[in-house]
Amino acid sequence: MNDFLGYQERDSFIHKMNGTSKLIVFILLTVAGILSFDMRFLIGLTVFSALVLYFSKISWKSIRVLVYLTVIFAVLNLLLIYVFAPHYGVELYHSKTVLLGSGYYALTSQQIFYELLVLLKYCFSVPLSLAFLLTTQPSQLAAGLNKVGVSYKVAYAFSLTLRYLPTIQDEFQTTRKVQEARGFALGKKASLGKKLVASTRLLLALAFSTLEKVETISEAMALRRFGKKKKRTWYYAQSWHLADWIGLLFGIALLALAILLVSVDGGRFWNPFA
Amino acid sequence: MKKKGLSTKDVVAIGIGAAVFLILFKFVAIPTGIPNTQVNVAQSWLSLISILFSPMVGFFVAILGHSLNDAISYGSIWWSWVIADGCYAFIFALLVKRAHLLKGALNFWKVAWFNISQLIANLIAWLLIAPTLDIVIYAEPANKVYLQGGLSVIVNVISTGIIGTTLLSLYLKNKGQQTLLRKED
Repeated sequence: MNDFLGYQERDSFIHKMNGTSKLIVFILLTVAGILSFDMRFLIGLTVFSALVLYFSKISWKSIRVLVYLTVIFAVLNLLLIYVFAPHYGVELYHSKTVLLGSGYYALTSQQIFYELLVLLKYCFSVPLSLAFLLTTQPSQLAAGLNKVGVSYKVAYAFSLTLRYLPTIQDEFQTTRKVQEARGFALGKKASLGKKLVASTRLLLALAFSTLEKVETISEAMALRRFGKKKKRTWYYAQSWHLADWIGLLFGIALLALAILLVSVDGGRFWNPFA
Repeated sequence: MKKKGLSTKDVVAIGIGAAVFLILFKFVAIPTGIPNTQVNVAQSWLSLISILFSPMVGFFVAILGHSLNDAISYGSIWWSWVIADGCYAFIFALLVKRAHLLKGALNFWKVAWFNISQLIANLIAWLLIAPTLDIVIYAEPANKVYLQGGLSVIVNVISTGIIGTTLLSLYLKNKGQQTLLRKED
């Protein structure tokens, strides 16, 4: 079973950017996209991140399932918003244009506009995160985190997580099979009570084996004098090239634009109905 | 006096703990019958890790595990819930610290303390922090996010109450009670 997305080796200029600059650009663009509720800006940002994903040469096949899942998730979220707050758009834009139906669930163009904004938020962030995650080697990402100002201990913990994910997954599958063999199945047919017992046993077994691993690894790291100094150098740290500076420039410019739009629009929302 | 910051063991506990959290989050979810609501075993693991180590360790396990899971299974990170999850672990660990759950056998008071702490931490995280951040960050309608938060509180409190409590008591029974404690220096 391999359900995880991970680094994909390709030859693209996005792959050639270093982990630190990519992380900074990713953060800048994420902040810009979260901040702004300006339709024009979000469309632009979506196009931009789609281009980034395109240039990163990630195969559609590898991300297909995830994209479908996200689409389902996003549609569900939009429906939920409509069910619980069909007038939210009207409240936001202080105007009401009924398109269809009447009464509480009347469809207004303001509501459609707001829900499209929510959809656009998914549309910009998914390609952006995919392009970032799939083109960055985990070790470079950890080094990048540290360079951005995250404490090196946390950055190291992060790279440990990425390193041990496959190991823990294997162990999880084995433990689950062992429990199944002993009659504690987590299958679809089991009752809720049985599932609770089975998952608690699974968790306990996993907890013991994992905590033992924590002991071993931390002793090994202590032997290599981990954490004795305030700083740490990274084997995977990379130098900055032209592509990195250009990327950084794009990130800063787009965030600046988002902030500028907030002051022009008089708030995070751009109101085309006014 | 304890040394400031994270010890080497804490760092490893965060790294490995987050990996386990992620795997549990992804593969063990027991559906309750209500759509979109499932019993998450990962939350009980998070509670155990927070007791065994420190509030900071719990916080980072939740932040790293949750955000990484979001990223690799949905492609985008839902920051408000990631932060809320981190706060849950931190608050819960702070609240149970005084109960000295790892010393001696589990009794009625300790179980009550454990469960009241998880109730308070769940309420703060999912009914206060998560919906508020949803509104501030994502400008989502209030009644929708508070309802989602409320549902999460119910599911998390019940699942941690059952699985978390059982896990802790089995853990203490099987482990020669004090071995995992750190030396007080």
